[in-house]
Amino acid sequence: MTAAVKRRPKHLDLAKIRLPMPAFVSILHRFSGVLLFLFIPFILYLFERSLASQSSYADLAGVVGHPLAKLVLFALLWAFLHHLFAGIRYLLLDIHVGTDLGAARAGSGIVLAVSLLLTVILGVKLW
Amino acid sequence: MVKRIVVGAHYGLRDWLMQRVTAVVIILFTLCLLAAVAWQPSLDYASWKLIWSNSIARLAGLLAFVGLLLHAWIGVRNVFMDYIKPTGLRLTLQVLVILALLFYGAWSVQILWST
Repeated sequence: MTAAVKRRPKHLDLAKIRLPMPAFVSILHRFSGVLLFLFIPFILYLFERSLASQSSYADLAGVVGHPLAKLVLFALLWAFLHHLFAGIRYLLLDIHVGTDLGAARAGSGIVLAVSLLLTVILGVKLW
Repeated sequence: MVKRIVVGAHYGLRDWLMQRVTAVVIILFTLCLLAAVAWQPSLDYASWKLIWSNSIARLAGLLAFVGLLLHAWIGVRNVFMDYIKPTGLRLTLQVLVILALLFYGAWSVQILWST
């Protein structure tokens, strides 16, 4: 027991840590949430332009057509979908659905895969 | 067994519940908005404007956005509490986030009712 205690790493090396799937989805849930928070002003700006006038609505095609804006919107689409599906999974965990080890791994894998897949499908469809 | 005495005013429970209630509100609003957009014969400026000229849509939008601001506040505050150790820096960042969220809230009202 004492030997095992002594062999514990004293400093956590982030590059060496292999996160289990639920932990990986969890940190992405946090990351996507921060990303969505940071881009609230951008989304409000797009919303404002979309309603201001006919011409500002038409100008949006140019704004969102910019490669950088496309990249940001693509990232935000993924962030929204991942945050949404991971969040729904947490609501299910709250009511004790999918809390077994196998179900937790499968559930988090599904969240990761479905979010990425939907991002690609919707992203290609929208642009 | 560790004898654990629970103290405090259950602020954590309140935030836990708030995060879930606001999440459900945002999901329901998103579904309604998608349905409203899908309901339109074609998506152009006129139909988009029509959706948001409805006062129920405006109020629902504001409700969902206030929910989003509360949701964002709890989330960002948790992130700060986890990673920002110096108290002064953490409080400064928290104040800035509160001010930013209040500004976004006022801005959303202006957008929704400026027609």
